Parts: sequence; structure tokens; C-alpha cells
Amino acid sequence: MTPPDAGPVAAGLQIRGLSPTREVLANGVTILSKQTTTTPAVTLHASLLVAGSTSDPASLAGLAHFVSRTIDRGTTRLSADEIAEELDGRGVSLSVSVGRHALSLIATCLSEDFDAILSLLAEIVTTPTFPAVEVDRRRGEIVTMIRQDEDNPAAVATDGLMAMLYGKSHPYGRPIRGTVDIVEGIDRAALQRFHAEHIAPDAMTLAIVGDVEPGRTLDVASRALGHWTGMRIEKPTWPPLPGAFGRRTRTIPMMNKSQTDIAYGFTSIARSDPAYYAYSLMNNILGQYSLGGRLGDSIRERQGMAYYVSSALDANVIPGPLMIRAGVNPSNVERAVQSIDAELTALLASGPTAEEVVESKQYLIGSMPRTLETNAGIASFLQTIERFDLGLDYDVRMPGLLRAVSRDEVHEAAKRALDPSKAAIVVAGPYDGPLT
Amino acid sequence: MVTAQPELTENSTVREHVLDNGLRVLVQEVHTAPLATVWCWYRVGSKDERPGLTGVSHWVEHMNFKGSTNIPRDKVKGIIEQYGGYWNGYTWIDQTTYTETATRDALDRMLFIEAERMSSCLYDPADCESERTVIISELQGGENDPDQLLDQELTATAFRLHPYRHPTIGWLSDLQTMTRDDLYGHYRRFYVPNNATLVIVGDVDRDDVLRAVDGHFGGIESREIGPRFHPVEPEQLGERRVTIAKEGTTAYLKIGFHGPSLTDPDFFPLLVLDAALTGAKGINLWASFRTPPPQRSTRLYQALVNSGLASAVSGGVVPTQQPFLYTISATVTEGIELARVEHAAVHAIDRVRAEGITEDELVKAKNQLRARLVFENDSITNIAHQLGYFETIASWRRYPTVAQQIAAVTLEQVAAVAAARFASSNRTIGWFAPSASHTPAGGAVSDGRAR
Repeated sequence: MTPPDAGPVAAGLQIRGLSPTREVLANGVTILSKQTTTTPAVTLHASLLVAGSTSDPASLAGLAHFVSRTIDRGTTRLSADEIAEELDGRGVSLSVSVGRHALSLIATCLSEDFDAILSLLAEIVTTPTFPAVEVDRRRGEIVTMIRQDEDNPAAVATDGLMAMLYGKSHPYGRPIRGTVDIVEGIDRAALQRFHAEHIAPDAMTLAIVGDVEPGRTLDVASRALGHWTGMRIEKPTWPPLPGAFGRRTRTIPMMNKSQTDIAYGFTSIARSDPAYYAYSLMNNILGQYSLGGRLGDSIRERQGMAYYVSSALDANVIPGPLMIRAGVNPSNVERAVQSIDAELTALLASGPTAEEVVESKQYLIGSMPRTLETNAGIASFLQTIERFDLGLDYDVRMPGLLRAVSRDEVHEAAKRALDPSKAAIVVAGPYDGPLT
Repeated sequence: MVTAQPELTENSTVREHVLDNGLRVLVQEVHTAPLATVWCWYRVGSKDERPGLTGVSHWVEHMNFKGSTNIPRDKVKGIIEQYGGYWNGYTWIDQTTYTETATRDALDRMLFIEAERMSSCLYDPADCESERTVIISELQGGENDPDQLLDQELTATAFRLHPYRHPTIGWLSDLQTMTRDDLYGHYRRFYVPNNATLVIVGDVDRDDVLRAVDGHFGGIESREIGPRFHPVEPEQLGERRVTIAKEGTTAYLKIGFHGPSLTDPDFFPLLVLDAALTGAKGINLWASFRTPPPQRSTRLYQALVNSGLASAVSGGVVPTQQPFLYTISATVTEGIELARVEHAAVHAIDRVRAEGITEDELVKAKNQLRARLVFENDSITNIAHQLGYFETIASWRRYPTVAQQIAAVTLEQVAAVAAARFASSNRTIGWFAPSASHTPAGGAVSDGRAR
């Protein structure tokens, strides 16, 4: 069961490459496309790159999220019901979601519906009207979602950790959905203003992946989006990250629950940091590889304390969190936190083994064909390479970038990132005991 | 030896072989990506468990990732990962299944793992104990979600006799008392080739695959499983109700109706009816949760969500071997009375029961289902899942006919199913009614030092 010397990735996989097409329309909209013929379907994935929650005014946390819940509920030409009919009749669900940096609209349709759905998507992005009646309906849904989050230990712990790591003065420290009080006060005018200020052609990237001839993709996209004009959007500036802190802990008792969620983390690095690939390997070894890496081995496999434990690295436009998550019985909270401490201490003291580095490289490189198997997978990949300026040949280059990382560099990343004496720890659930 | 039974289906792409030991093998070549997937299915799920051993199938699934005669405990991880692969397993009411997807050159290793899993897992007593607490943690994580808790209680209320009534994860008391021998006995009884289906899909050669399968599995002996106890659920004679009153922030409503099995003529009409009520999900349990259904023009979305009564609504028809439940779920909007949501839902259901659906709704539902069938077969993992799933609960040969059966559904059939299935005497209504004493989490905070 030792890895074969030659490396298991089939020869030729990486040589052929995805080779997507990238075009920029005169108004600045970027179109990324890739024809596939696996199924008679197409995935459309639009990203509005400065319309994420970090664009919320400080006093209006949740505004971008509110936009994501209402942007597809009426345009200058179509009512919410007409949009619903258009989508439902073709079996298409449009998912609109918002992250820290981008607002995304994703739809998969049959190839025969491509023109119609792209036109509809363009209309939704460019001419939403945010009808007052829809704003009020969706407000009730958002308030309910926030109340559900308040009763969800996993959401409470992760929101609590972000607030602890970034502070209320940094947009990462504020909840994406906002608070009930703020949401109650958001009106149609605020949504329209957000749209005018943050959604414009030069901040839009549209990935089109599926069974459409490459020539037609651009024609249809140009027709749907080429006429759109909008102000140029300034690149956002970011407040400085909070300074260095010692270890901080917080317990949020939710005594009506069965299981306790632990969120344990640090600020990490930006995606553009040269150490990204070392961090990525470090994270894989720590809390991803196989069933949760070293953390999974210790906390789930050896100690039987948790059904889930893992780490996630969010190296983003700015340094996002490196977050460890675990769900444990309240009687195991202290032991689980100590075990996380111990695993971090070991990794930063001795670094990974040479074998771990080889295994994680093989895994991350070898998983590329799976990532790129489906239209939806390719579309997200194209959005990632565009957002972080990775180049259209990134799928071919990525294996080399990972292979070039040394064991020492992974160790260095662990030393930079994983010091338990600087960790922020939030525990939410049926636990009101000590936490150190 | 491999017994060739090259019977081709309408799409002529699936090849079926049955080994002498009874293992059914389904192979489909798909050459769009340099990948291969293996699913190994067992006809054993929580419906095959008796009281006292509820949850045993799922626990056995966990134990079957913990080493075998030729895969030492500490070498389990890495076999598939070195090929960039993904592996997993799941257990539900009718089935336990295991999967790997990786680059095609991992195929031999995937088959090796599945053959080991079928024949020689270790069940080390210390591992069994350690996994007990992992599974209890999984159960408690589920209990944190009021919607999941309500689903469990609703199912237990709707069924009196049939073992579909107990949750797949098991009841806590059984998880606390089950022994290593219980686990091992269950494993040895059901993990035999004559109770399994092996599905391989991807960038492979069918003849090579069958040779490799014979090499890995041909020597495993078949064994009688013995009788299974699946009593027929008595007809429900009146509405049942269950209310969970527990601290929380949000109220939930569920309405469950005894539904048809996959092979019941009511199944496809109900699938169409559900699409008209809550939007088409398709029928791939492995894929359907990834994208929400197109539903904004549906009856229940209009009646519950667009009216402001609920923040979300969903409906679930899932193919099962025996009659299970059709369940409608709604999340109640903050500040709205549960009773109002129930009233509106029941009103909409009663209306469709009296009148059926319209021609336009029928056309739309079929369009949606046609599209979802395409979307849910977008990867080799999903294609293989459907073949194995259908074979496990009925026959894989039913799968290629699904599109036709949906297309053939008539307005009259939908109306008849609504009239029969949506009778008030066939329903169970569940409430999660949060008690008012709840303090929002943000408000009760300690600073983390000992108090």
C-alpha cells in the first residue's frame, strides 16, 4: 500500500489542460467559457466581484445579503412571478449567494434553454427593481434565517470566531446576514444604492461551461450584456487587520442543544502570498487529508470524540481565517481543545513528515480531474482563476507549483500560522464550563 | 468465474454480469474524463434492524472503514488519496453503500478495497468502543437541528409497525448498549456477494473491469442471509400528530403521508404531483441536495412562502423498496403562528386533492423532471449511484425507463394519487414549537474563564 514511485496521476492528464477561453466585452464584462459535451446542459456562473458583504456600509451589515435575496425578484421588464415562470418552466433553479467578496448567480439549464436563461440572468443583474412588496416578503425570510442561525451552535461558533479574529471595525468581523435590527431597517432605496455602487460591467465575470459551441457563447453573451453601461468601480481598500493578540476564548452557552461546536482559528494569508502553496499543504496535512488530517486522526479516530473535525484555509483577496471546526459532546470540550492545541504544537515544533508532504501533494494534484469533471466544477474553477489572476493555464501549472514546495516551507507555514498561544477559540452549545 | 449475461438496455451502455457467488456487477463506460468510480451496494439498511439493534447497519458502515485482513488499520487512509480520490459511504433505510472516485488507474485499488470490505473487516473491540462515541456525537449533532429532530419524530409517529419507523442512526439507548458481537454478527450476515451489487462507471474498458472484478471477488463465498422481517404497515385510520415543545428560535411544520414504493404505479404520478406542489428535485439522493429545486411558481411556495407565512418549503418523494413517506416541510416565518401555516398548507393540499393539477402544471412538472434527470447525471459518481440505488431497491433496469414513465403520467393519474394519498386519515402532522423562554445566543455569553 505504499505509493507507486511514478506517481499515480495518469500521464497526459495535465498536459492536455482545460484551455478555457477568456474575452472582455467593450464595457468590461469578462466572459470565461469552456465547451463540454458530457451532458446536454450548460452552467452559467456570474460573479460580481465587489458586491460581497465586505462592501456593506459599516452600519448596514447584511445589505449585500439582502440584495442577494431580492435581486432576482423583479426587473424593469419582468415581475417576480414572470421570472419564476421563466425559470420553473425550464426546470432551472437560479442560486444567488453572497460571500465576503462576491455576489454570485449560478444556474444550470438544458443547452436548448441557454439563450433564454443567459438573457434572463443578464436582465436580473443589470435591471433589478427591488419591488417594495418583494423586499418586505424577503425581509421576513431573512429575519427567520438569522433567528435560525442564532439557534444553530455551528453558526454561532463560526460567527463568534470571525468577530473575535477581526473585530467589529473590520468587515470580516461582521455577520454576513446582519442582525435582525439592521435588516428591519433596510429599505428599497438602500438595495438600489448598493446595486448602483457595486454592480457594474467591469466588476462582472461570467463563466459559461457546457454544451454550447464556443462561437455562439460570445455572441449570446454580447447580445445579453454588451449594451450594459455602469460607472467604473473603484478597487476596494481594506482596513488593516487587527494587531497581534494572545490567546482568547469565549463560551456561548446554548443549553437547549445536544452537541457543542468548537471554532478555533487564526487569521492566515492572502491568496497572493507566495507562501500560499505551503499553507495549502500545511492545512491539508493538519485537518483535511483523508478524514480530517492529523486532527481527524487524533480527535475522531483515536479518541472517538467527534463525528466531524477538520480545518479550512480561506486565503482570500485579503488574509482570511484558518479555521478548525469540531462538534463534540459537552463533556469533551476541554479535552478536544487540548487535543487541537497538542496537534498544532507538534506540527509547529517538528513540521510535517516527508511522507505527509508527498501524500498531500499527490492528493491535491490528483484531485484536479475530479474538480474539473462537471460543468459546475469547471465554472467555479474559472471564477477562482479570474478572481486571483491565476492564468488560463492554471490547471496545468498548479501541479508544478505544489511540487516545488519543500518540507521546510510547509514547516515554516505551520510556525507562522499555528501558534496555540495566539489562537482565538469560541465554543457554542450546551456547555458553560471553563475554557482556557 | 464470470457468467456473461450481456443483456442490453435501451441505452445499450450498461453491461451486467453475475458472478457464480451471486455478486451482480454493472459496468458502464463513460470516457469524458480520465476518472473511474466504484460503488458497492448492500441490501441492508435500517429496515433490517430489530428493536435493541437500531442503528446497527450505520455503525457497521463506520466499522468497515477500520481495516481488514490485508489493509492494516493505519493503512486505510492513503490508498485512494494517492490518486487524488474521494471515498465515502452512507446508510439509509434500504441500503448501505460505499464509494470511491479517483483517476482511472486507481480502479484496481478501489476493487481491492471493496473486496476486502466484503470479506474481512477487523472489528477490533477497542475500535468498536471508540466508534460508539463518534456515532453518538453524530446523533447529537443531528439533534442540534430542530428540523431533523422533527423529521425523526414524525417518521416514528407515522409508522407503527414497519421498521422504517426508527431513525437510521438508531435510538440512543441502543447505541449505548449494542456490543461488538452484535456489530460483527450483522456484518457477517449481510456482507455477502449474493446480497451486493458492484457498479463501475468511467474511463475504463468493460472486459478489463470484469476480469479484475473476478480476480478480486470471485473467491468470496456466498451464504444464505436468512429470513428478513418486514411487516406490512397497517393502514392508517386517522390523522396523527406530534408536537415537540423545546427551546428554540424557529418553528417548523411537517406533514407526512404514507406514500408509494418505487414499484407502485402511484410513484411517478406522485413525483409529478410533488413537482407541482414544491418543485422537482429529481430522484438522485446523492445529487439532489446540491441544487435547490425550481419552485417559485409552485402551489405550496405561493401559498406558504410568497404569502409570508413560511421562509422555506420543501417536499420529498424518494424511491424506496417499500412504502415510505411523502413529506412536506416548512420553516415558519418569525412571528407567524404555526397553526396558520398548517392551515394554509392543508388548504392547498385539500384543494389539489379535490381538483388535481392543471394541464399547465403537468407540462411544467414534466419539463422540470426532464431537466433534473439530465442535471443529476452530470458525473460518473452520480451515474453509478443511480444504477446501484435502483438495483438495490428494485432493479437497475427500471432506471433507463424513468424518463418514459414520467412522460407517460396523465392528469387523471395525478388527480387519483392526490385524492387517495392526501386523505386526512393518511397524514401525520408534526410541529416543532419553540418555547418562548429562549435567550438568543448572542445575549448569554461568558468570557470563557471558569465561573
